[in-house]
Amino acid sequence: MKVKRQPVIWLQGAGCTGCSISIMNSVSPSIKNLLLDEVVPGSLLQLVFHPTLMAASGEVCIEVMLDAREKKEGSYILVMEGSIPTARGGIFGTVGEKKGEPVTILSRFVNLARGSLAIIAVGDCAAFGGIPAARPNPTGCKGAKDVLEHEKIDVPLINIPGCPPHPDWFVGTVAHILLYGLMSPDDLDELNRPKAFYGQLIHENCPRRPYFDEGKFARQLGEEGCLYELGCKGPFTYADCPLRHWNGGVNWVIGAGSPCLGCTEPSFPDIAGPFYKKISDWEKLKPPLK
Amino acid sequence: MEKVIIDPVTRIEGHLRVEVTLDGGRVKEARTSGTLFRGFEIILKGRDPRDASQITQRVCGVCPIAHATASVFALDQAFGLEDKIPSNARIIRNLILGSNLLQSNILHFYHLAGLDFVDLTRLARYEGENASLRTLREFLAGGNSSPFLPRYEGDYRLGDKANEELASHYLLALEVRRKAHEMLAIFGGKMPHNVGTVAGGVTENPTVDKISSFLWRVNEIRQFIDNVYLGDVMRIVEKYEDYLEMGASGCQFLSYGAFNLDRDAIDKTRGSRLYEQGLADPALKLKALEPERITEQVRNSWYENGTTNRHPSRADTVPSENKSGAYSWLKAPRYDGEPCEVGPLARLMVGYSWGHSPVQNLVEKSLAAMKLKLPALQSCLGRHLARALDAKLVADAMAEWVVELKPGDPVYVPYELPDEAEGMGLSEAPRGSVGHWIRIRRGVIDNYQLVVPTTWNASPRDDSNKPGPMEKALEGIKVKDSRNPLEVVRIIRSFDPCLACAVHFVTPKGRELKIFRIR
Ligand code: SF4
Ligand code: SF4
Repeated sequence: MKVKRQPVIWLQGAGCTGCSISIMNSVSPSIKNLLLDEVVPGSLLQLVFHPTLMAASGEVCIEVMLDAREKKEGSYILVMEGSIPTARGGIFGTVGEKKGEPVTILSRFVNLARGSLAIIAVGDCAAFGGIPAARPNPTGCKGAKDVLEHEKIDVPLINIPGCPPHPDWFVGTVAHILLYGLMSPDDLDELNRPKAFYGQLIHENCPRRPYFDEGKFARQLGEEGCLYELGCKGPFTYADCPLRHWNGGVNWVIGAGSPCLGCTEPSFPDIAGPFYKKISDWEKLKPPLK
Repeated sequence: MEKVIIDPVTRIEGHLRVEVTLDGGRVKEARTSGTLFRGFEIILKGRDPRDASQITQRVCGVCPIAHATASVFALDQAFGLEDKIPSNARIIRNLILGSNLLQSNILHFYHLAGLDFVDLTRLARYEGENASLRTLREFLAGGNSSPFLPRYEGDYRLGDKANEELASHYLLALEVRRKAHEMLAIFGGKMPHNVGTVAGGVTENPTVDKISSFLWRVNEIRQFIDNVYLGDVMRIVEKYEDYLEMGASGCQFLSYGAFNLDRDAIDKTRGSRLYEQGLADPALKLKALEPERITEQVRNSWYENGTTNRHPSRADTVPSENKSGAYSWLKAPRYDGEPCEVGPLARLMVGYSWGHSPVQNLVEKSLAAMKLKLPALQSCLGRHLARALDAKLVADAMAEWVVELKPGDPVYVPYELPDEAEGMGLSEAPRGSVGHWIRIRRGVIDNYQLVVPTTWNASPRDDSNKPGPMEKALEGIKVKDSRNPLEVVRIIRSFDPCLACAVHFVTPKGRELKIFRIR
């Protein structure tokens, strides 16, 4: 059987590399499997460009990127990690140069997006702007969707938010594309997140929910009880952390006694913060929809 | 004269550009710069002080814990909790910090720096039985060589057997570093960006199942360090011996100290730690740390000269984008006016100079086993060796600490948020000393400053034109092939630079794109 190679270009913008590190924490398949093996029968990922993992440096690696842009036009998946600085033409973030001038992340993203089969925005930064776009957003950072709309680029976009996202959310999305093709609008919520992973509120599946219902609230960190009074953002945060657990299933945020920070939502971190203060403005936080 | 520009330098954290000037094949001058700015100090202003430990973790996904740690130390001090942190919390903070140090050092050696020495592509001709390597061979045979090709070509010296083993350990280490994060999440909740480390202590209570599960994991990683990691560094050392003589910075070594041991006070200048605090010159003469002597100089950075030479807690960031002669967005941190190298090597050198026995014993034993002398550590490969020893020292200690936890004892102290306060937090990231300074006014963050490891190591020239450690380490290096400047990237990566940290705390105003680049 001929093995299909799905080219992937992984661009890093204004982010912290935490999303990449999180994907490296994937258990089954492991990052080794993702790099080398058929992720699903008959399909390999071909990671053409990834700044943290690739062997090449400097011009050599920019050439690889541009080569893939040209030769694999219309067939590669663009993964965007990190936010896109747009203030003053995007001068706050550059990758490589062209004719002696640095090239902005913004223009790299736009150029690569135009030739891509689909875009996966990994992490809150790439999906919604995230931390770099936090008030007062000194570099004019934007999420992928805003930039695509502004540039009138009509390529399917899947958002995998989280700061960082759980590796399964990314791997599951990729597996879906390899097995069944691109996700249909029905598979995604109104924020372009796969419903399979972001379909329910943390609060709906939280093991501390009985405490909430009984009104037994923890008064300080480290205590038993619901963490609502200590700032938990579970009541408006969509993700399956309570069911999936993190890092090979050993623990998760509320499991470790911390309030949920709301990191899969566009309101992270400005409205979701202060993180350790009870939700005061339900209006802004977009109450549960479903 | 020839200019070699490497942009981006990959396999590091963040966006880095390096420019070296070659004269007769030797590096005459080197200039390093970051190419991304996010503005964390601006973003932190006006926020709830407690959010700092979450927001500053997002500075860097490779070493978020170091920021969480420095940040909660600064907050503890501001909230008046320094001597009130419960033992359990002190230990759990150490375990969380240590777990990430292990994952970071392993990731750095095998996955970030390793490909400068190991030739994965040669595995296309692999004939052995190792299943992972056969997968790698199939993968390469399918005409699929990314992300391992292209790369700088030339000087890859390992024999087939060593090369094969290191390649298989590249794959094995992917699993080991993942397990270090799983271990971290036992007490930290999740990783990257843990939620366990908070002002006032930690959020997670130790229970016996967590303790034993942690212990078994750390023991598994210790075995990897002892049986695989240390030996692999040695194999690289054997074949690339000349790199034990290249890449010394000649600067003094600085360590803020880390892993508080015997007391619950986390005062930055007292108390015993696994890693001592202080400065050691290359001849290992020791000085105690006085944090007031840290300043940041800006003569060669794009900031107003009037703001130069200030302590971080009184720092002001006034950009001066067209300042002539300036070439970096990094300020130049100095201690008593001198540049300092930070990182695992600096931690070992300072610990060694203290005569601190665990550090001294380990260094002496390891050097004797390899028939090396102490100065050999002060080099490109010496840094890799120091990083491996750093991992061993910390992992061995963690196995002892975890069983000191007392289930049922407190992990957190409550506190009132002050209206006005100041705090300083000093700790060690995998790649070196990290300091946070906070000022609280009207109950919110009024000023937050970070001086991070890569600002020390990748600093530009200072007010008296002394180059930073990385620039100095590159000076005089012979580059055999300027189109494949392996020597340069090997030395740069030996510092484990993290540019995400380094350049994000400035306010460039009105800087034009063409001026933004480094000339
Ligand atoms: S989403 Fe979070 S983890 Fe991912 S790059 Fe942004 S700050 Fe880092
Ligand atoms: S801890 Fe948070 S998510 Fe869980 S029940 Fe309480 S408020 Fe809801």
